[in-house]
Amino acid sequence: MTGPRRHTTDEMQDHDHDHDHDHDHSHFDEMELRVRALRSVLVAKGHVDPAALDVLIDTYERQVGPRNGARVVARAWADPAFKAWLLRDATAAIASMGYQGRQGEHMVVLENTPQRHHLVVCTLCSCYPWPVLGLPPTWYKSAPYRSRAVRDPAGVLAEFGLSLPPGTQIHVADSTAEVRYLVLPMRPAGTEGLDEEQLADLVTRDSMIGTGLPRQPCAPGRSPAFVPQPAGRRAFP
Amino acid sequence: MNTDRVGRAAAPGPRDLPDTSASPGHVTHADLGGRERPGAIVPEPEDERFHAAWERDAFALTLAMGASGAWNLDMSRAAREQLPAYDGLSYYEVWFQALQQLLVEHGILTADEIAQGRPLVPPLAGLRVLHAADVASALRRGAPTERAATVPARFAPGERVRTRTGASPHHTRLPAYARGRIGVVERVHGVHVFADAHAQGLGEQPQWLYHVVFDGTQLWGTDGSAAAVGLDLWESYLEPAGREEPASGSP
Repeated sequence: MTGPRRHTTDEMQDHDHDHDHDHDHSHFDEMELRVRALRSVLVAKGHVDPAALDVLIDTYERQVGPRNGARVVARAWADPAFKAWLLRDATAAIASMGYQGRQGEHMVVLENTPQRHHLVVCTLCSCYPWPVLGLPPTWYKSAPYRSRAVRDPAGVLAEFGLSLPPGTQIHVADSTAEVRYLVLPMRPAGTEGLDEEQLADLVTRDSMIGTGLPRQPCAPGRSPAFVPQPAGRRAFP
Repeated sequence: MNTDRVGRAAAPGPRDLPDTSASPGHVTHADLGGRERPGAIVPEPEDERFHAAWERDAFALTLAMGASGAWNLDMSRAAREQLPAYDGLSYYEVWFQALQQLLVEHGILTADEIAQGRPLVPPLAGLRVLHAADVASALRRGAPTERAATVPARFAPGERVRTRTGASPHHTRLPAYARGRIGVVERVHGVHVFADAHAQGLGEQPQWLYHVVFDGTQLWGTDGSAAAVGLDLWESYLEPAGREEPASGSP
């Protein structure tokens, strides 16, 4: 067979529209080989337990993700005492739900209000609260977001389709140390009758970074109860 | 052009901020706040994590070797930000190249071993190995950086402070855009391991850490964004700024 090897994952097929595909595929093949070689030699020398790699990948690919943070936000919306604890000592309040540890050792929750909207960035690298949001999306780690979020946050929010009411002050939190920030978005109107699980379904990852707002519940009496996630859901390859 | 889906950056544009690559001995390419980096911010579904199989292994190998005790997280960041090709590498390419460099620098692998993918010299003794059974507890423990206070905090919420001006000759967490600016302490985070010292292998040297908020006009001038930006800054980055100047024209 001639031509480049076909990648089978959906990511491979739909990314990089402005790059030459042959070049890109051979580049990825080269990275596969290089990383595999490094893995082999580290395992052979006894520095790496290959089963530990599997656990690490499974943890961050399938277990830890933004649904954790969504449950924290939903509980804060539903329980004023928990919300007060969360704003006073986020690390402890979040740990009480079982979310703690690496890249979330020191948590601060920033409450959005009609007066102040918070947006989180890490201009120096990619600091992000893993226990509650999982690994960061590519855009969060990208140069365009990291460069612009501090200099033109309103413009960045506009790119996400978010325009704040006039008079809302923006506070950008640049995560320059080991404190990790989670935004507590405002609870949408019309959600009075919802339980925590239903509320969590409204909480998007981006609303906890500050680049989005929670979903709105559908009008009463409609079924299904909620607007589907606009970004769509994709299965793992 | 845009960044692509794996986060490769567009070619760097003109820089109007201090050139952070000017310091002898330490060249950072990661200090991006406020710089010209055109390109779209490409949305991504919530359940997307990795974009190629090798990214999974690059990620996991970095965490596994980070647990070896050979280096700390600040040293990892220092290695990544100094990669000469930083601007053109995808995120996990940065991780992977820095990992290879750290492995060689610390005598864990030789360049030939990396090239050939097989052992050529005996393993370095004394390194911890992260075993599968210990991963969950290690992640749950994390690496807290808060330490007991031995001196009182110099600044309190509401105080005005000015950040250090000069470029740093080593890894630092004070971005160029916030150098020599006046802000207000909003929150005291406690005493934390000092990244600048930790990255250089000089121990933890913990210091008080503050969330300091700057008006956009302080950072970008009156023509720029007025939005406030807060950063987490160690005490030695800061000096007292005194009271606000009285408005001009007052008697």
